[in-house]
Amino acid sequence: MPDITLWFQDLLAGNVIFTPQTLGYYWDGLVTTTQLVFLSLVIGLVLAVPLAIGRSSERRWISLPIYLYTYVFRGTPLLIQLYIIYYGVVFFDGIQETFLWPMLREAFYPALIAFTLNTAAYTTEIFRGAIKATGRGEIEAARAYGMSDALMMRRIILPSAFRRALPAYGNEVIFMLHASAIASVVTLMDLTGAARFVYARFYAPFEAFLFVAAIYLCLTFAILYFFRWLEKRLLAHLRPQS
Amino acid sequence: MKKLLTVSILGVAIAAGTAQARDYDHVRIGVDVPYEPMEYRTADGELTGFDIDLGNALCAEIGVTCEWVEQEWDGIIPGLLARNYDAIMSSMSINDERRQTVLFSDSYITIPGAWFAPEGSELSEVNEETLAGKSIGVQRGTTYDNYATDNYGRIATVNRYSTADDMVLDLQAQRLDIVFLEFVVGQATLLDSEDGDYQVVGGMVSEPAEYFGDGFGIAFRQRDEALAERFNEALATLKEDGTYDEIFERYFGEE
Repeated sequence: MPDITLWFQDLLAGNVIFTPQTLGYYWDGLVTTTQLVFLSLVIGLVLAVPLAIGRSSERRWISLPIYLYTYVFRGTPLLIQLYIIYYGVVFFDGIQETFLWPMLREAFYPALIAFTLNTAAYTTEIFRGAIKATGRGEIEAARAYGMSDALMMRRIILPSAFRRALPAYGNEVIFMLHASAIASVVTLMDLTGAARFVYARFYAPFEAFLFVAAIYLCLTFAILYFFRWLEKRLLAHLRPQS
Repeated sequence: MKKLLTVSILGVAIAAGTAQARDYDHVRIGVDVPYEPMEYRTADGELTGFDIDLGNALCAEIGVTCEWVEQEWDGIIPGLLARNYDAIMSSMSINDERRQTVLFSDSYITIPGAWFAPEGSELSEVNEETLAGKSIGVQRGTTYDNYATDNYGRIATVNRYSTADDMVLDLQAQRLDIVFLEFVVGQATLLDSEDGDYQVVGGMVSEPAEYFGDGFGIAFRQRDEALAERFNEALATLKEDGTYDEIFERYFGEE
């Protein structure tokens, strides 16, 4: 362990910008970005599954409101949604006295809410497409077996829809990671926030932003390979047989 | 003949190039708006403020035309180095850290910083004990950001904003317990505002010089020494003939 500390000190010797302090900011930023993106994706995914089923429903009173929701959240920039949720809520008189305030006071939760609602809207549409693309034969076979709608959804449609949605969903995850860069406009010290801090303090745009870009690249690679691995496992039956 | 022509065109181009680098007849000045009363827009959208009026008077004295270029604070020095404008006149404190990057004119005004909190706040003075666990608002990349980060960054949350307006909004929203900014700006945007009551916590802050330096200066690129010299001379003239006092009265007259 002392070896590593020494090696680290050697590495940083004479470096004005990348001191242990600024690297600490980048590390905290990495933690914040990861938490924010991971939580919003997980919650968004949980929301998106029932929404996608509702969106594919033939009953318009179910599908229409969900369509409106996805239309609004896909039709407006994420930055605007973040502004509305962060700065907008304080214009409700007395919001400071409600039980919501301890959460809304921090920048983290408004950002989490905005990101979750946004990714849930996109994921809903991805899943809806996959559900709609279920083969007629599979549905007819399920019917012939006498499956109820719910059982058919659970055993036949959803498992194959998830597999079909996987490549598109992988892209959504990467988009979400990159979109999270706007969190720093509401004072959140995410990766981009750390880079902006270093940029403003040392007037070093190249160093600050290239370094953070490299971190985003590494994260993207990790996500890319995770989804490649998943696809290999789950879509094995679609691969050409040799 | 053709070669001679090329050479002479090249010669003219080089001469023109150096001439432009040496004496400006058009100076673009970077400024971060709004920062009332130093630089802000009136209700009908006109750029005004102490820096703007003094800057225009300086340009008139030197005999150059001036153009104001708006730039957010955290990118204001990189913007100067990237030649997006030729000078910065935007309440910039002269300090050694910045001197390594830019060339400063003589100081044209000295304005202290101050801490502002809502009236009735439990904060009555500023130190490590009172600020522990509080959220402090600063504008990103300012001397106040550097000071707050280095001194209270460990014990309190420092929230950094791109503009002073966003920061004031979050103080009003009670997201921030206290903000740290130029006294005159806090006076204009908080003390004199109709939305809520605010008070100054502790006294004026102008020490240590390591952070707050020697007053505000106009920043130039290091190589533009001649331009800085012309501004210094003009500043001395305006101070002598009373123009400076007149502008000062216009914005800080009541005190």
